[in-house]
Amino acid sequence: MARTVTNRHKTIATAAAWIVALLIFFPILYTIITSFKSEQEAIQGFNLIPSGTLESYSAVEDQSGYFKFFLNSVILSVGSTILALIVAVPAAWSMAFSPTKRTKDILMWMLSTKMMPAVAVLFPIYLIFRDFGLLDSRVGMTVMLMLINLPIVVWMLYTYFREIPGEILEAARMDGASLWGEIVYVLTPMAVPGIASTMLLNIILAWNEAFWTIRLTTTNAAPLTAFISSFSSPQGLFWAKLSAASTLAIAPILIMGWFSQKQLVRGLTFGAVK
Amino acid sequence: MATRQTSSLARLMMAPSVVLLLIWMAVPLAMTLWFSFQQYNPLNPIRDGFIGLSNYALFYNNPAFIAAILNTLILVGSVLLITIIGGILLALLLDQPMWGQGIVRILVISPFFVMPPVAALVWKNMIMHPSYGVFADIARLFGAQPIDWFASYPLFSIILIVAWQWLPFATLILLTSLQSLDGEQKEAAEMDGAGFLSRFWYLTLPHLSRAITVVVLIQTIFLLGVYAEILVTTNGGPGYASTNLPFLVYQKALLEFKIGQASAGGIIAVILANIIAFFAMRAVGKNLDK
Repeated sequence: MARTVTNRHKTIATAAAWIVALLIFFPILYTIITSFKSEQEAIQGFNLIPSGTLESYSAVEDQSGYFKFFLNSVILSVGSTILALIVAVPAAWSMAFSPTKRTKDILMWMLSTKMMPAVAVLFPIYLIFRDFGLLDSRVGMTVMLMLINLPIVVWMLYTYFREIPGEILEAARMDGASLWGEIVYVLTPMAVPGIASTMLLNIILAWNEAFWTIRLTTTNAAPLTAFISSFSSPQGLFWAKLSAASTLAIAPILIMGWFSQKQLVRGLTFGAVK
Repeated sequence: MATRQTSSLARLMMAPSVVLLLIWMAVPLAMTLWFSFQQYNPLNPIRDGFIGLSNYALFYNNPAFIAAILNTLILVGSVLLITIIGGILLALLLDQPMWGQGIVRILVISPFFVMPPVAALVWKNMIMHPSYGVFADIARLFGAQPIDWFASYPLFSIILIVAWQWLPFATLILLTSLQSLDGEQKEAAEMDGAGFLSRFWYLTLPHLSRAITVVVLIQTIFLLGVYAEILVTTNGGPGYASTNLPFLVYQKALLEFKIGQASAGGIIAVILANIIAFFAMRAVGKNLDK
């Protein structure tokens, strides 16, 4: 009796959840479907079955040189993440293992720098970039993205490092491990998963950053965010091509995101929700 | 002795992050503050220098300014409301036993990973376009006149897109929090004859409060800066109907080159963000002590 009720409950929940999930996913799904249509098909009304042509994909590469923008996205997101880690790992490390009374204040202050609206500093940053010749340069954008995400990187690493038990260090010290030995053999293996999650999430955030990447780049250092935004002009409106470009722009990060769901929650809530 | 060494080493390890962030925050902000009191237009050779609060007055007297602040607040408020309520409902649904839960989760979380320009363009052209969009197809199916969403309801359309991007985030965090709710407590409440609503109100909602606080804080940070979604859809129009504060400042600075006014707008944006952040940060700080 109870069993049948549970099964019915499960069936209803399954149906409801799948309907809602498909509705939420629909814009992405429809974009992927449309990317396999010809331009003709794309504007002939609602149709979920594409002819399967790849002409939009080749057109995107031939006409607008998609690969260059893709490469820029990879360089900027990975580069800024590595740079941020180099700066943030020691900071998070010291906050987690030798906290002082001010540690929490410093952490909150770092978070508060994220609150500063980007537009408030748009013109000064523009001037600084122009005067240092950093406009539309990969170096400039990498540094920029690093600075934007640094507070979140410090925070995430801090919440991971804080969970490494301090007693392990003491035990290693008692066993006569040197400082170097401590770091290489004891701490690093325990810190690697946290660092990896932080890296993954930060690449996602940097990949999708769409204010500075659009405003401070034109061609040379322009990543996919800037490339896609150029499709908003009326001359550039081709549904199938837009879909192919969009699919290519989001596919890598979508797949990375699927693998990082759990870390996403932890990372973006600063360890407050696990 | 050893502790002093450790603590100075700790300070040294922290220094690069703190110094970088300090420079990154202080220098441009000081420049903006400086410009906000100046008559400065790169296209105009005449510079009157210091003009006191005139830029703020000009910005304030500009009808676009009031509209932009209102639009910013409406955008942030509506998206928060939609994503929190929708997120709680979705999280409750996804927490039920079901087949294929893993795939459902993946489908639901996906919009969060779509970069803002793609999200905006896909909604603008594939879904809400007055002649080729799916909404128009549906309207025609029922014999209704398709709506030109971005012309008739520009701010609402942008709220819809932004809410679609952030609903997955709220859902995922609330779901994670929901799953950490003690099963025994739930069962005990059920045994005591508590109905679904009272269980939700007295048990689930208090448990979720921390997660809700965090969702509000994080989303507010990002929602105050919504930009690309407006740029690729309505471009702030028609008129100023969908111009928020970031977009207005961008227009003043890089399109009209009214640097003084744009800077004044930027400073106002900072003040607005700080007022909102003050409350949000306090809540998060309190939660972290637990």
